[in-house]
Amino acid sequence: MHNFITYYLGSGFWGSLVSSVLPLVYIMPYALVTMWLELKISAHMQDRLGPMRTGKWHGWAQPLADVTKLLQKEDIIPTAADKVLYLLAPALVFVGSYAAYAAIPFSPAYIGSDINLGIFYIVAVSALVVLGILMAGWSSNNKWSLLGAMRTAAQLVSYEIPSSLAILAVVMVVGSFNLNDVCAAQSGWFWNWFVFGKFPFLFITFIIYFIASLAETNRAPFDIPEAESELVAGYHTEYSGMRFAFFYLAEYANMFVVAAVASVLFFGGWNSPFGAYLSGPVWGAFWLISKGMVLVFIQIWLRWTLPRFRVDQLMYLSWKILTPFALINIFAVGLWVVLRG
Amino acid sequence: MAELRTEEMVLNMGPQHPSTHGVLRVELVVDGEVVVDAVPHIGYLHRCFEKHAESLNYQQIVPYCDRMDYLASMNNDHAYVLGVERLLNIQVPERVEYIRVIMAELQRIASHLVAIGTYGLDIGAFTPFLYCFRDREMILDLFETTCGARLLYNYMWPGGLSHDLPPGFIEKTKAFIKHFRPTIKELNDLLSFNEIFVKRTADVGVLPADIAVNYAASGPMLRGSGVKWDLRKDEPYSVYHKFDWDVIVGAGEVGTLGDCWDRYMVRVREMEQSLRIIEQALDTLPEGDVQAAIPKRIRPPVGEVYVRSETPRGELGYYIISDGGQKPFRVKGRAPSFVNLSLLPEISRGYLIADMIAIIGSIDIVLGDSDR
Repeated sequence: MHNFITYYLGSGFWGSLVSSVLPLVYIMPYALVTMWLELKISAHMQDRLGPMRTGKWHGWAQPLADVTKLLQKEDIIPTAADKVLYLLAPALVFVGSYAAYAAIPFSPAYIGSDINLGIFYIVAVSALVVLGILMAGWSSNNKWSLLGAMRTAAQLVSYEIPSSLAILAVVMVVGSFNLNDVCAAQSGWFWNWFVFGKFPFLFITFIIYFIASLAETNRAPFDIPEAESELVAGYHTEYSGMRFAFFYLAEYANMFVVAAVASVLFFGGWNSPFGAYLSGPVWGAFWLISKGMVLVFIQIWLRWTLPRFRVDQLMYLSWKILTPFALINIFAVGLWVVLRG
Repeated sequence: MAELRTEEMVLNMGPQHPSTHGVLRVELVVDGEVVVDAVPHIGYLHRCFEKHAESLNYQQIVPYCDRMDYLASMNNDHAYVLGVERLLNIQVPERVEYIRVIMAELQRIASHLVAIGTYGLDIGAFTPFLYCFRDREMILDLFETTCGARLLYNYMWPGGLSHDLPPGFIEKTKAFIKHFRPTIKELNDLLSFNEIFVKRTADVGVLPADIAVNYAASGPMLRGSGVKWDLRKDEPYSVYHKFDWDVIVGAGEVGTLGDCWDRYMVRVREMEQSLRIIEQALDTLPEGDVQAAIPKRIRPPVGEVYVRSETPRGELGYYIISDGGQKPFRVKGRAPSFVNLSLLPEISRGYLIADMIAIIGSIDIVLGDSDR
């Protein structure tokens, strides 16, 4: 039973429909909660309180208010913009991050689609985001947007290499692209997780993956595509209202995708840290989401601590540091698998 | 393959850009992301200070001086009142000069905190900005207890001060100094020596000492290039000669001498020196009446005077001509931001757009100051 929905509803029309709509039901609340968390976490890191009034209790309703405001805003399309691409871009960006949820194994009993090439699929659909951003920047017909989009394309394409190589190292160890298999390979107590050295080198792999994933989600210190102090707002300078909100939503959705992938690959996914205790389908979802949120917290933490890289330094980091390390790492892991396996 | 045809692009940065520090417009000619040329356009904040000054009494000009460099109002007033006093040829009580120095140095710290915080913001570090503003708030609180205002004080008057220090000021200032010293260290840990920050600012916007001197740069801009020139030391006014402190110059610690990091670091270290001056001034503060020498009506004899002082941004000069009447015939301000900004094209060619931001931030301009 890999997907309780298709188990009960069958894999016909209704089962597929519910399976594919379900992520929408939890991505929205998740994004709102994370926005609120980011507001509050950044505030407390900076000796502030953050929102305190909206919704009475610690401003819990602030993201709701923000989204409502964005919904009401005028949807401006610049006259010089390429309309078709301009309208399509936010949807494409969001679809890229949304589609990735299909292959994330939330619990032993829930994965949107238990395909054999799960991780490969996630890497592939995430690449749609690049296209969307490039479209947004180009079609806005704004110089800042164009610069932002060019930077993004270069950045995302560069960082997909170290991150894919890092993912490949885990795949080699497990011998499967299926994320449920990756989880199953790490069952038992938490020292069986890949990151804690059941296999050597995988800790380094995690570091490489995490840095690259920060760059892929455009988060600081790699938030160069939207560097507000340089490029005003980068590729989404011209966007307003709900279309802007889609970029925002996609960013948060993407943050969790990379965090969830990292927890599946390196932190045991839905496995309980305590072996057979507190495990099972419901606890599995709890563990995966908690692990993901811890990593999301680290992303937020880094964002509010570090300054931003410059474009060329970013490329240097990817091509001259991360990629060679990832290659050496993959060679070492391969050697280890061959000798021990 | 036929060679690709490439074009340069003209990019308008500002006047509504998040990091041009006000309403500065820079016309950038870029080749990809490389800056080929940068032309600053100013004047968006021109408020006719000099013309206003011709139709106001000498005392009435002080609030206008406040509004020139609105981040360093105390320092602006300081230079102006010194000029008027020199025209009038009056001596002010020593207590007045001490308090002026204390205020000017507190203001210098407050101004540098803004410069440092927003510089971090330019480079992408958000958090140090709020730490800086938290500490700046404390200084503004001190000013508020003294004269009621938090930004534009009208505190220094020709011949004296608007108010004496309030009770408890010395203790509060000492408490602030005690709080502030460790936070400079915190700032250095968080920002100044941060690997990414150093990478972004070292070897960027290098300003050689000879060019800096040729352009008449001053303040941290000049000292960042290693030139030891500080009017408080080289041409002491008020009571600066009585205190023991050092002029900070850049040394090219992490990159080339005169890069953005050097200019930034001069500001950080100057704050420590300002603390030293304030401490000494507080310990030796003489008693006296701060309003004893204030003239009821100011009618300076015919003549002219040029006074200059070291503001946080550099050398601020006032050229005041008196025709013997109640109003000055002419007041000319020599603004440090204006002169320092003229160096922008010189030091930004060949760097990336991202470096442009770092360079503009390191000049630390206040558009109110450069446009007047």
